[in-house]
Amino acid sequence: MLGDFEVVAGVEVHAELATKTKIFCGCTTEFGGEQNTHVCPVCLGLPGVLPVLNRQVVEYAIKTGLALNSEIAEFSKFDRKNYYYPDLPKNYQTSQYDLPICLGGYVEIEVDGVKKRIGITRVHMEEDAGKLVHSGATISTSDVSFVDYNRTGVPLLEIVSEPDLRSVDETVAYLEKLVQILDYIEVSDCRMEQGSVRFDVNVSLRPKGSDKFGIRTETKNLNSFSSVRRCMEYEIERQAEILSEGGQVIQETRTWDEGKGITLSLRSKEEAHDYRYFPEPDLVPMVIERKWVERVRESMPELPDSRRQRLLGLGLSAYDAGVITSSRDLAEFFDQALAKFKDAKTLANWVMGDFLGLLKAKGLLVQSSPVKPEGLAELLTLVENGTISGKIAKTVIGEMFETGKGAAEIVKEKGLVQISDTSALAGIIDEVVNSNPQSVADFKAGKERAIGFLVGQVMKETKGQANPGLVNKLLKEKLETM
Amino acid sequence: MKISKEQVEHVAMLARLELTEAEKETYTEQLNSILEYAAVLDKLDTKDVPPTAHPLPLHNVFRDDVVKPSISQEEALANAPDQEDGFFKVPKIV
Repeated sequence: MLGDFEVVAGVEVHAELATKTKIFCGCTTEFGGEQNTHVCPVCLGLPGVLPVLNRQVVEYAIKTGLALNSEIAEFSKFDRKNYYYPDLPKNYQTSQYDLPICLGGYVEIEVDGVKKRIGITRVHMEEDAGKLVHSGATISTSDVSFVDYNRTGVPLLEIVSEPDLRSVDETVAYLEKLVQILDYIEVSDCRMEQGSVRFDVNVSLRPKGSDKFGIRTETKNLNSFSSVRRCMEYEIERQAEILSEGGQVIQETRTWDEGKGITLSLRSKEEAHDYRYFPEPDLVPMVIERKWVERVRESMPELPDSRRQRLLGLGLSAYDAGVITSSRDLAEFFDQALAKFKDAKTLANWVMGDFLGLLKAKGLLVQSSPVKPEGLAELLTLVENGTISGKIAKTVIGEMFETGKGAAEIVKEKGLVQISDTSALAGIIDEVVNSNPQSVADFKAGKERAIGFLVGQVMKETKGQANPGLVNKLLKEKLETM
Repeated sequence: MKISKEQVEHVAMLARLELTEAEKETYTEQLNSILEYAAVLDKLDTKDVPPTAHPLPLHNVFRDDVVKPSISQEEALANAPDQEDGFFKVPKIV
């Protein structure tokens, strides 16, 4: 399909910031709410109002720039981007044009074991638009549309990448990494299903070996990694087909039809992009003092890459470290448990296995888990000090999820304490040995494995509560005297 | 003439203004005379002058991230030419 072509892609990411209020007024940014109730004269663009910039937006932009290795501008301003569209009550979007808050930077990705730096062109602040509901199935088949301005004025960061991406996998890896970073530094809640992060993907093809860019298309407003993947695969195939037939790709904006799995042209008069940017006269410029930048830098949390490195240093596999650091919440959970239970590898096995498995089965998020980090650490300590066996611990963690009770409490209540008492086990071992003469004979004849069966029988008799190591030792001693 | 009639038509389209032929002629002429008047500034050497971001000598006017009450849906829609179920209702977009 791709034949002799190479993919060249770049992405613009729009992330809604996790501020309490909109960028230029005190309206709440809370998601949902009845239509047109989170609005005021400023965000509705009524005449005679003045916007005032939310300081937290600038702070989050600086934080993002630092996390993306960008240069934080010393002088920055807002501009008006003029266009007519009903989701924009002022007929212009307050955005940044030639003096964005962050310039340059990069995100490091890894695909198939190969590391690569994806350049960041710029990061700028702007306001979100309102939400349109169409009377018909699509915008073009609708006679009327309905507008809700609750989202209008919610602060956005637009993060523009360089055209450094060379495959679908690289693009998705870049986006996953970027969203992971935004999640870690807590500038956006990154709820993709609520549209708080959206992607515009630019794709072009060029003959392999060429250093010139081909003609690109831009597909707007994708809101999941899987949509990006499917959309790019479709667009690459579409463009490859045009080019291999000697045709020309038309430079245009396209839209992704999730249901049909295709991209469609959005060509219209709106496409005559002529935004007539000019400096926003209602807002004064920003002078970003270096001490502000340094203060933000000092408050930066540990980023995913260094966190991953730290976990690798504790002996975790690359895969385990990757899963645990995939979200800030899970990484925090792990670290908090690790503070109470030092065996990182054992902890990782439990977090990745039973803990995540049970969370998923219950449809819960890490932060709403009934089992807290201290709770898991308590359970694993009980295994480590021999109070319960690993097998019993699996039952206990299930019970912890069900009841929200602590591990020690459950063990005590249900009498699950491991039998590590030699005298208590001696009788059961005698019984098992007496009732399994064949296995005893096998062992005596040199079949070492026969002891496994006998251990199993003892475990069964004790409902899994016997200390398996001790049973093994006692059985061997017993058999050697026979 | 610095501004052509086509440019006037283009800007009118972007601003969703419907102009008669006579208006197009008038505006082309008027816009040109405004530009000619402002052209006196071209005589200044601005090589070392940074572009003006704002005429006021102010910067960093911020507000704290504190929620203030919004207006009601009725108030928001009070001046809407058309509305339905709490939404602004707009004619066919494309």
